[in-house]
This record gives sequence, structure tokens and C-alpha cells, in this order.
Amino acid sequence: MSAEKKPGIKKIKAAGAMKKLMADYFLELDEAARTGSAKVAWCTSVGPAELLRSFGFRVYFPENHGAMLGSSRLAPELIPAANAVGYSPDICSYLTSDVGSYLRKRTPLTDAFGLEGVPRPDVLVYNTNQCRDVKDWFGFYEREFGVPCLGIDTMRGIGDIAARHLDGLIQQHRALLPDLAEIAGRKFDLDRLKEVVASSYRCTQLWKKVLRLAEHKPSPITFFDGTIHMGPAVVLRGDERAERYYELLIAELEERIAAGEGAVPDERYRFYWEGMPVWGKLRSHAELFAGLQACVVASTYCNSWIFEAMGASDPFEGMTRAYTELFIVRSEKFKEQYLADMVRDYDIDGIIYHDAKTCPNNSNNRYGMPERLDLRLGVPHVVINGDLNDLRLYSEEQARTQFEALVEQLREAR
Amino acid sequence: MEPGAQPERTLDPGTGFFCGVDVGASATKLVLLDGGGEPVARVVRPSGVDYATTARACLAEGLAAAGVAPGDVARTVATGYGRGNVPFAEAALTEIHCHGVGCYQHFQRAIAIIDIGGQDNKVIRLDASGQRADFKMNRKCAAGTGAFLEEIALRLDLEIGAMDGLARRTSDAVQLSSFCTVFAKTEILAHLRAGVPVERIVRGAFLSVVTRVMEMAPLDGDVVLTGGVVAHNPVVAEILAAQLGRDVAVPPHPQFTGALGAALVAGRQAART
Repeated sequence: MSAEKKPGIKKIKAAGAMKKLMADYFLELDEAARTGSAKVAWCTSVGPAELLRSFGFRVYFPENHGAMLGSSRLAPELIPAANAVGYSPDICSYLTSDVGSYLRKRTPLTDAFGLEGVPRPDVLVYNTNQCRDVKDWFGFYEREFGVPCLGIDTMRGIGDIAARHLDGLIQQHRALLPDLAEIAGRKFDLDRLKEVVASSYRCTQLWKKVLRLAEHKPSPITFFDGTIHMGPAVVLRGDERAERYYELLIAELEERIAAGEGAVPDERYRFYWEGMPVWGKLRSHAELFAGLQACVVASTYCNSWIFEAMGASDPFEGMTRAYTELFIVRSEKFKEQYLADMVRDYDIDGIIYHDAKTCPNNSNNRYGMPERLDLRLGVPHVVINGDLNDLRLYSEEQARTQFEALVEQLREAR
Repeated sequence: MEPGAQPERTLDPGTGFFCGVDVGASATKLVLLDGGGEPVARVVRPSGVDYATTARACLAEGLAAAGVAPGDVARTVATGYGRGNVPFAEAALTEIHCHGVGCYQHFQRAIAIIDIGGQDNKVIRLDASGQRADFKMNRKCAAGTGAFLEEIALRLDLEIGAMDGLARRTSDAVQLSSFCTVFAKTEILAHLRAGVPVERIVRGAFLSVVTRVMEMAPLDGDVVLTGGVVAHNPVVAEILAAQLGRDVAVPPHPQFTGALGAALVAGRQAART
């Protein structure tokens, strides 16, 4: 006997086009790294990708690789290799699984796209807006590959963003130019940067539209779909092919809305996911919620790749503001209001907080946020303990019981 | 039944019997209710490794004890971690829901329920109408659960059933400060080396359990303690009451609260269909 109905997850047809696009992206990177036809830059997920593209770099994102290590469930096998060389099991499991992947010479890129390994970098460029771990992560590869590691150190806990925050960060972006020009072997081209930033802005607008379509009832897309389909917005922003992909996806989702079709059949409950996905459990979570007639319609995570400030007339100011006004960089007060707005906009019935053991910066349950929002909004919540990649830190049964109990509570209240 | 409290009579005599099965991590509990909502059988067995077989054995034992034919069970609801493994259940609900229903049946007022089980703890708050206001589960770690006490008993070379009596021999508990069961066992080694009497260590283990559940949520209002740990170790309720500075209620047969709730839900579901 099972509490939930048989799950019925609706597949997104555009997924085939996305897979092709992602394959092209990785094959181009691989070709550049093998032949030297273009320089390869490794960039943190919300690092200055536009600047790198303007110099002609092929841009690779280790955090994207980290997510692939998680979703392919290779991570739990690889993390111990990083632990053994001194990288603690308590730090970012993207970092430890990626370093473990390097040490063990195993990557999901082989099965997915036929690559022998990850593309070797010519330069490493970080922005600590995500966390300090990204800098330490790139520091490992700086030592391994003997290539320059450059970056931007962003402050944390920002409330209102003021000129005093941005001025120094803009200077940090500009300070990268001489080194990047030397490594790329070409001069900085402001017009090219403007073109790339403009493309990135169009991509962001389209990605935002994808996510906002989930305000519709029933939602045509789930959070779990979003974590997959955000791929181009992460790794190909600033590349017009990402824009074409989201136009295709939007058309399909609008067709669903017109036909009255939801991503979850018979959607009755709408949830918000705060925190990282549990990458190795995406499918089982998607099926579990679908079986409960529940759709996780929105998340902080998927919305973290919306960079509206890219529309500014000055590309440096646009990039800098976009990468500083992220949720993860902001104050607790800002985050609380952001979540309250999302609950209102998406008509959320319940909030799921994922307390990811190795990702404190994306675990927003640790300073009383759920309790404060409960009082303020009267929307129930659960906190699940887990991790983005390290499944040793996740308890399937405890999470399942909490999800089901939340739905039971909502059902009882109706 | 507490003085003044009235049971919620939603079941209809003559409609057969209703069964609740709570397949927990350590024990499987079964309650069989007659059509009027009165318990006619309670069965508990170790859950073992084959939940379906254990559930069937509990049912057979319960039916035999009550003299009820299998065909006279109108509906069964399963709960607990193994709720998906009860082949004869028509529905399944979480133990969070069923403990709430089972406790409310007895207390009929706003309560904060603490369920200390074999592998996890829950704090479930019900409003005056019995509707769940919120709930919390312990973190992934099993510190503060029945599993913790089993580990401590093993370290002290005690039968688990002897712990309650030992703890009552003293009011002077040692402090076990570690969150971690394994580290707590290491702390115990240090106490044993120092010659601390076993009863002080055992009381310290119960105090540790109480401390862990008090960390889970603010325990305002009337507190009710359920689950197998308090059923076998009533001293836990006394220690919790002392820590809270007020009385802690324990329903009759606290290990069966979840199964009772499941059986009551079975009756209500049957009444609706």
C-alpha cells in the first residue's frame, strides 16, 4: 500500500533540443582544449562569463560539472578521494566531488557526450558571490594545472545595494582586463562585450519568462524540470543559441497552458523549494510530488540565474550589479521579503527548505527564516536534511515522511 | 480517558472492525477497533526485516485475540516507515498524522505531542480542534531516539528493559553532552573509567534523550509524550516534566498511539464511503 498515486510526470519535448545544444557546447569546449583553436576559461557559475566570452574564451563551469556528478550519482563514489587528500567532508560537495572526479579521472561527460575528460583550462576566473569555497576549489586547479587564477571577491549579507558596494566591484572587473587580454592573445573589445551582455540579458528575460509561466494554475513546469532546463541559462548565457532554446521551450509551455495541461496531472498543492536540489534524487522527488498531486512550482535556485541588471547601458555596471544583487549575496531581511513575494506571486501552499549539509550559503533555514515566515505568512513548511551531492547526508525515508505529512496537513486544512 | 474529556465518536457500531497498523523502524504495532471505536485487540512485534510478513502476523494475532474473522475487518490503514509494505491496508498515512489523531482522541484539546520512536522523534502540535498546526522531525541523526538508548544499553552491557529501573535509583544524572551516539558512548567510557555508578549514566542517557527533543521546538502548552521509548521507560516522562517544570501527559498504551490513530482514520474513511 502506498500513500501516493502512481506518478505521472509529463515530459518536455524540447528536452531533445536542449540535449543537442548542451552536447554542442561540450564538444566545442573539448575541441578547443584539445586543438588550441580557442582558449578555455573556467568560470564560477555566476562569475563574469560575459567578459570571458567577449575575449573569445570557451567558458566551462565546474559547478555545472558538480551538478552532473550529483545527478549521475557518481559523487558519493568520488567525494572520498577528495576527503583523502585533505578536503573535508563538511565543505562544498560540488568541490569535493569535482576534485574527486579529477583525482579518479572519472567524469559523467564521458557517458553523456563522449569526452575523455574535462577541458583543460588556460585560466580560472571566480566570483565569491556564491561562497568562499569556489575560490578554494579553483585554487586546487591553479596548483594542479599551473594556470592563472583570477577573480572577484564579493562581500556578503548586502541589504540595499549602493554605489559603495558596486564601485569597488566594477574596479575588480576592470582589473581583470590586462591579464585576460594577455591570456586570450587579443585586446579587450568593449563593443563585443556590449553584444555579449545584451545577449545574456535577452537570455535572462526568456529564462525569467519560463519560470514565471509557473504562476499559471496548473503550472506547466516543475522545479525539477527547471533544474535541468536551466542548463543553457547557466553555461551558454551570452550565446544566442541559449535564446533560441528558450523561445522553443516557452512555446511548448504556452501550448500546455492553452491546453490546460499541467506538469503534474491534477495539481492540487503548490510548493516552493528553498535551497539546493538533491541532485541524485531529482527523479524520485519529481515522482513523489507528482504522486501527491503536488507541484513544486518555484524555487530560489532556478531564479538565481535571472540577471535583470544586465540591461544597464554600461556593461560593467550591468554585470557587476547583476552578480551582486543575487539572493545568495543578500541580507537575511532581503531574503525574507524575497521569499514572501514568491509565496504571493506563485500562490504557494507550503515551503520546503533543504538544509544542505555542505552548502550553508544555500541553506536558508538556519537563522530562523522558516519560523519567521510561518508567523508572517501562515504558510506551513518542512525542513529536510540532505545535501546537493553527498547522498550519505540524505535520509530518503525521513524526507518522504515529511513531504507526505505536509500534504496531509494541507489536505486536512481544506 | 482524562476526566471531562469525551472521545470523538465518529465510528458507527455494526459496520465491522477497523484496523490500524504502525510499522515502525523497531516495532510493528496493530490496533483493532470495533464499530463503536473501542479497542478489541493490541499487538506488538519486532518489525524485523520482512514488514509484510510481520504485519500479517500482527493481524492474525489480533484477530485471534479478539475472536474476529478476517472478513469482518471493514478497512485497514497503515502508518509508520513501513506503511507502504502492508499488503492488506486500503490506505496509508504518515505516522505524524496518525499520532496526532490517536492523541487527540484521548485528550481533545490543543496539545504538543512528542513521539520518541525507535529511529526518529517528532514534535506535532495540534490546535484545539485537533487540526495539525505544525510538526518537526529530528535531524537525520538518531541521537535522542530509541536507537540511542539501545546503543547505550549495549555499551553498559544491560538489558534494555533494565534501564528504567536503574535510572530511578538516582536523581543525579551524568551529563552526556555529545550530539552523536558514537561520541556519547565514548563519553560513557570516560565515566566508567572514573568509577561513576551505572545508574547515574543510565539516567544521564535518558536526560540526553529529553534534551534532544527539547531542542527540536518550543514546547508551549500541554505536552503529551508517546512512542515506544516512554512505553518501556516511563521515567522519560518524569525527567521531561522536571526539565519543563510542568506536568507531561502520557496516554494509555503510548506505543500504540500511531496504530490507534490509523484505526480511527480507517473508521472515518469507511464512514465516508
